[in-house]
Amino acid sequence: MKNNRIRIIIGHYGSGKTEFSVNYAIKLKEVFDKVSLADLDVVNPYFRSREREEMLTEKGITVIGSSIKGSGSDLPAVSGGVLGPLQSEDTQVILDVGGDSAGARTLGRYEEYFTEGNYDMFCVVNANRGQTSTVEGILRHVYAIEKTAKAKVTGIINNTHLLRDTTVEEVLKGQELCKKAAEKLKVPIKYVVAIEEVAKMLPSDIEGEIFPIKMYMRENWM
Amino acid sequence: MAKMLMKGNEALGAAAIKAGCKFFFGYPITPQNEVPEYMSRELPNIEGGAFVQAESEVAAINMIYGAAGAGARCMTSSSSPGMALKQEGISYIAGAELPCVIVNISRGGPGLGGIQPSQADYFQSTRGGGNGDYRHLVYAPATIQEAVDLVMEAFDVADYYRNPVIVLGDGMIGQMMEPVEFKELKKRELPSKDWATTGTNEERKPNIINSLALDPAELEKHNQKLSRKYKEMEEKEVRHEDYKVEDAELVFVAYGTTARITRNVVDSLREEGIKAGMIRPITLWPFPMKAIQNVPASTKALLSVEMSEGQMIDDVKIAIEGRLPAYHYGRSGGMIPVPEDIIEKAKEILGGVK
Repeated sequence: MKNNRIRIIIGHYGSGKTEFSVNYAIKLKEVFDKVSLADLDVVNPYFRSREREEMLTEKGITVIGSSIKGSGSDLPAVSGGVLGPLQSEDTQVILDVGGDSAGARTLGRYEEYFTEGNYDMFCVVNANRGQTSTVEGILRHVYAIEKTAKAKVTGIINNTHLLRDTTVEEVLKGQELCKKAAEKLKVPIKYVVAIEEVAKMLPSDIEGEIFPIKMYMRENWM
Repeated sequence: MAKMLMKGNEALGAAAIKAGCKFFFGYPITPQNEVPEYMSRELPNIEGGAFVQAESEVAAINMIYGAAGAGARCMTSSSSPGMALKQEGISYIAGAELPCVIVNISRGGPGLGGIQPSQADYFQSTRGGGNGDYRHLVYAPATIQEAVDLVMEAFDVADYYRNPVIVLGDGMIGQMMEPVEFKELKKRELPSKDWATTGTNEERKPNIINSLALDPAELEKHNQKLSRKYKEMEEKEVRHEDYKVEDAELVFVAYGTTARITRNVVDSLREEGIKAGMIRPITLWPFPMKAIQNVPASTKALLSVEMSEGQMIDDVKIAIEGRLPAYHYGRSGGMIPVPEDIIEKAKEILGGVK
C-alpha cells in the first residue's frame, strides 16, 4: 500500500484494470482517510468502475466518473472533478484508465502531476490476453501507453487469470512472463492478483505482494 | 490449444477468421465496435484478406452482396439501429441466394435507443425487416465460447444453404470477457460455388447474381424453391438446450444473456423446492417448437424471460397452442433482469396456476 500518492492503473483492455482498481480502492480506504477513484475510461461502453459508484461511495470512497451522467453514453468525456484529488496532497488517488494507448490518451492532460516521487504507474498484465501473452507484446503495450500517457511505468501487476477457471498454475505462468517483462523494464512486480480461493494457495515467496480480490464487476451469472 | 481470455466482440472476429472469412465490411456502432476494430487489425495480415470501413451500414451490406456473389467468405457486423439499415440488403442477399454471416450485437431501442444490452431485435431477426418471403437462420449464443463455435459453424451453414446467417448476441455477449478455445468443428459436405461470379475464362456462360424477376410465374417458382430450403432448415437446424426440464412445473424459455441469469434462477428455485426448468433456444429461427410442445406432463406454465417488452413470447405461444398458460417477464431499454425479480414472478405464476 506504501506507494506514491497518485496511482495510475494502465494495461491492455481486458487485463482487469477496473476490477483491480475497485478492489485496490477498497483496500486503500482501510489504511487512508481520503481515497478517490477516478474513472478515466473513455474506451469501454460497459464494465466501468463508475458503475460501482454506489457501493464505493458507501465505503467512503469518492468516485469521479464521466461528466455526462447515465450509462447510456459512449461520449469520451472526463470530469473536471479529476483535478480536485490530484491537487489535494492529503488524498490517495487511483486513476482507472481505459485500455491500450487509445485509452491512455486521457492521461496526457494531467502530465504536470506525474512528477517523480509523486505518482506510480502500474501496468496490469494478464498473460491469457492474446496481445500481452509474450514479453514483446507487453513491452509494445507499455511503450505505446507511456508515449501517450507522458508517464513511465513504475511497476507490473500480474493479474493472469481465466476468471472463475483460474488456477495457481495460471498465476505462476503469468508470473514468469511478468518477471521477464519487469526485468526488461527495470521495474518490480508490485502485486500478484488472484481471486481469494487461488490467492491463499500461492507460494509466499513470490515476488510482489499477493493481492486477493473479489469480483465486484461481474454478476454471479457472468 | 490453450484457453485465452477474450472479449466477446474480439472472439467473434477471431472465430470468423478461423472459419476462413476473408472480407469484412462494416460501419462503427456501439456496442459492437471491437469486431471491426479486430478485423481491421487482423484481416490485412491474411493472404487475400481485406477490411473495408464502409460509408454506411447500407453500403456495408451491399459490399457483402458483392463479395458473397463472387464466392468469398465474408462477414459484416452491426448493432440494432445499424441492423435496421441493413434489412433491405439482407432481403436482396436472401433473394439472390448468397451465403454470408451477419453479426448483430444488439442494444436498446427503438430508434437510436441506447448502448446497453437488449434483446428487442427478436422480431427484426426472426421475422426479417426486409421485404418478401425470406428466412434466415438466427443463432443466439449465451457464452463467448458458444459465440465462437456458432460463428465458425455459421459460415458452413451459410454456404450449405446459400443463405445469410445471423448471429444475434445482446450487448453483454459482445462486451463480456470469458475464456475461449478454438476447436476444429465437424465439417459439413459443402457444394461447390459453381454459381459465383468468378470470371468465365471464356469457358462457360456468365453467372448472374440477381434478385429481380420479370415473370411472376418464375418468381413464384423461385419462392417455392426458397421455401423448400427454409423447410429443410426447420427440419435439420433447430437447436436448443434443456436444463432441468424433466420434472419441471414451471418451464422458463430464455436465450442469450437472460438464459444465463435464468439458469441461476432455476437453481435458486430448486433449492427452495420449486421444480423449475429452462428451455434455451440456440436457434431463434427456426424456433425450437417441438421442445416447447414436448414439455413434461408436470409442467403447469411457461415463462419467457427476455430483455424486451415481450417478443419471443409470441413464438412460445405459437408453439404451445394454448395448451398451457404462457407468461412473459422482461426488462428493456438496456436494463438487465435481476434474479430476485424473476423468482418473484415465478412464484406469483405458480401461486396463481392451480
